[in-house]
Amino acid sequence: MTFAAAEGLVRLRRVTCALGKQQVLVDIDLEVMAGQFTGVVGPSGSGKTTLLRTLMGTVRPIAGRVERRPGLRVGYVPQVGTVNWSFPVTVRECLLMARTRGRLLPWASAAEKSEIAAVLERLHMDGLEERHIRELSGGQQQRMFIARALLGQPQLLLLDEPTSGVDVKTRHEVLHLLADLNADGLAIMLTTHDLNGIAAHLPHLVCLNRQVLGTGPPVEVLTPDVLELTYGARLEVLEHAGMPVVVDRYPADDVVPMRRGAP
Amino acid sequence: MIDAFLTPFAFQFFRYGVVVATLAGALCGLVGVYVVLKGMSYIGHGLSHAIFGGFAVAALMGGSYFVVAGLWGFGSALIINQVTRRRVIGSDAAIGVVTTASFAFGLALFALFGSRGSGSFDAALFGSILGVRASDVWGMVVVTVFAALVVFFRYRALLFSTFDPEVADVSGVRTARVDALLMLVLAASILVSMRVVGVTLIAATLVIPATVARMLTNSFGRMLVLATGIGAACGFVGMNLSYHLDVQSGTTIVLVGALLFTLVFAFTGPRALRRTATLDAH
Repeated sequence: MTFAAAEGLVRLRRVTCALGKQQVLVDIDLEVMAGQFTGVVGPSGSGKTTLLRTLMGTVRPIAGRVERRPGLRVGYVPQVGTVNWSFPVTVRECLLMARTRGRLLPWASAAEKSEIAAVLERLHMDGLEERHIRELSGGQQQRMFIARALLGQPQLLLLDEPTSGVDVKTRHEVLHLLADLNADGLAIMLTTHDLNGIAAHLPHLVCLNRQVLGTGPPVEVLTPDVLELTYGARLEVLEHAGMPVVVDRYPADDVVPMRRGAP
Repeated sequence: MIDAFLTPFAFQFFRYGVVVATLAGALCGLVGVYVVLKGMSYIGHGLSHAIFGGFAVAALMGGSYFVVAGLWGFGSALIINQVTRRRVIGSDAAIGVVTTASFAFGLALFALFGSRGSGSFDAALFGSILGVRASDVWGMVVVTVFAALVVFFRYRALLFSTFDPEVADVSGVRTARVDALLMLVLAASILVSMRVVGVTLIAATLVIPATVARMLTNSFGRMLVLATGIGAACGFVGMNLSYHLDVQSGTTIVLVGALLFTLVFAFTGPRALRRTATLDAH
């Protein structure tokens, strides 16, 4: 498959993907551009992870075409919830996985050691090389997988719910780190459930529910109509400091009044 | 005391037995790290039962054990590998069907035709100190060197595809090939260890050293070295005990491993044991 556009990294043309007999993505047209920072939002089961896997090439479409820039290097950061934290591996051993191709010897070369040290320093993780992965904080665990992806020198970084289950401080750390990497020219695509904490802060969004239901900047995409199409529920959108704020307001009939003094 | 320890070394069959048991322990300890971390303990158990079918055919035909049981074992390993990757039905159920059918086939052959040639029913099931010959020593040396070379030169690919197969795939590691290679090493390890350890106990020699090593370290590299050393020590001590206590060698090797596990647990406590709680939670 070829890719002609100078700025394009991956292009999906009328792509349909299925898990078993169930179609998870239907007729997707999407293009990931160089230097783009995109968030993919949608309810559980909407095909967000399958979209990332299709871009990576680990899921093959049953219809349509995936076009990649020749020689494209893709980094992938898995959901921390899917990682086996009991696996006996130190930070250094985990990072060395990024250098599996091209060197047969088990131990790190001098060049690899200095590269690992440099990437850990950039991600404020220096001195943690010999720690077991479970002994890291939530933010450090996330940054370690980003570091592993960066060691592969990717042009496109895909992250599956990088802020799932982390506290606000860690969420800020991860988001700022990704913004810095994007400023250096790295294209980033992440999935998230967090509309206000993450999605509203990104420059570009894709609303997904098996189909692409909206693409563009948050102010254009996070609207009640697009959100209703995406989530199947009416949500209100307010504005705060120029950014959309999605409010989950129940219809008056569904609200159970909370009485003072009730057990 | 020392004389009593050294006395059996005067016999060639015992020297062969000790060499094979020590190497079998080291080999199973090394391969067992991947077996335990990939959640393949049941595959290891099943594969030893599958190879028993080939063992019975070799005994009946009077053919070479390594050739007949080896082909049988590699065929079973590749079938199991395909079944577990496709996930059409539950892999544990599929493995259960394939391997127990092969085991039952071997039992039926022994029942119908009895033991001929080099094959001994009891030795196959529980291991034997007496059945070890020079060809077994050479077979063990060849497989141990092969496994060590595979682990050394494919260390990074094996680690990546064991820890994170999906990302490994994206990063250019051919995980299907790596898995097939690991299954072949596992089948070869079981094949050469079976005569000393026995079909019914070989799974323990794969699992115990790796589990004890995991309780002692958080590093993958150190776990490989420790599991290999622990397996070798269990094989050496177990084989000596087998001679002095007149108990099947597989039994004593596994009991030494179990005793070591208990001692390490006593010294490291439940915290270390918890490291092993979700070893195969992928």
